[in-house]
Amino acid sequence: MKAINSMKLQFEGRSVNESFSRTAVAAFVAQLDPTIEEISDIKTAVSEAVTNCIVHAYRHKLGVVYITANILPDSHVVIKIRDKGCGIPDIPKAMEPMYTSAPEEERAGLGFAVMQSLMDKVKVTSKEGKGTTVVLERSIRCKEA
Amino acid sequence: MAVQIDLADEMMIAHIIGDIDHHNAKELRETIDDAVVKGQVRELELDFRDVSFMDSSGIGLVMGRYKLMKEIGGDLYLINIASHLKKVMILAGLDRLAIMDRPERHPLKPVENGGNKQ
Repeated sequence: MKAINSMKLQFEGRSVNESFSRTAVAAFVAQLDPTIEEISDIKTAVSEAVTNCIVHAYRHKLGVVYITANILPDSHVVIKIRDKGCGIPDIPKAMEPMYTSAPEEERAGLGFAVMQSLMDKVKVTSKEGKGTTVVLERSIRCKEA
Repeated sequence: MAVQIDLADEMMIAHIIGDIDHHNAKELRETIDDAVVKGQVRELELDFRDVSFMDSSGIGLVMGRYKLMKEIGGDLYLINIASHLKKVMILAGLDRLAIMDRPERHPLKPVENGGNKQ
């Protein structure tokens, strides 16, 4: 489906950019006049995906995180978060609630569980040594009921 | 400072300010844990009144403090949680670990005659 509007963002995978990236995506989605809860859900899901890039994909090096966001007809938002990091060898395992490969950082292992619960659709593709793409989809409901 | 600590009689309130994400979780937990150990705290309250955003790093923060308080035989309470944060907490089952929504108390401003317990 053809996008009505789109944006691209790329930034260094430094943890200080977690806040920047989720706020930037939220500001882009704001044109759809979402509810506070919808904006909060999107910020949280984006923050999870970007944190995964920084904590896992680029664990031993500094890399670039790429985000694209598309607004489709019927206020449907598609957000892609992509890295060129280490990749995920076992995606179902990585998506299991409470599983984390970085327990020393006090990670709860709930990143994907949070994304799945807040978004309509979450798709993960990954190739070891090449990187990972997470696609988040969420429909924004019209405020006038 | 992203957290303000109030301490009195083995009770501590950690008033967290701003966002809780992976970037600032480490400093938050180090500040809180340090104060808990030094103050021999038995009752820890995390105050979310001024937390505008929280992702699963916040869940890790709460779970870690729950473990710490259990280890030292204390309790953890979460207060003033906005509905959009509560959603993420309940999803992680934090309502089973810590008491959420306890009425606020003011340990540093004790009222005479036993205090004002709401």
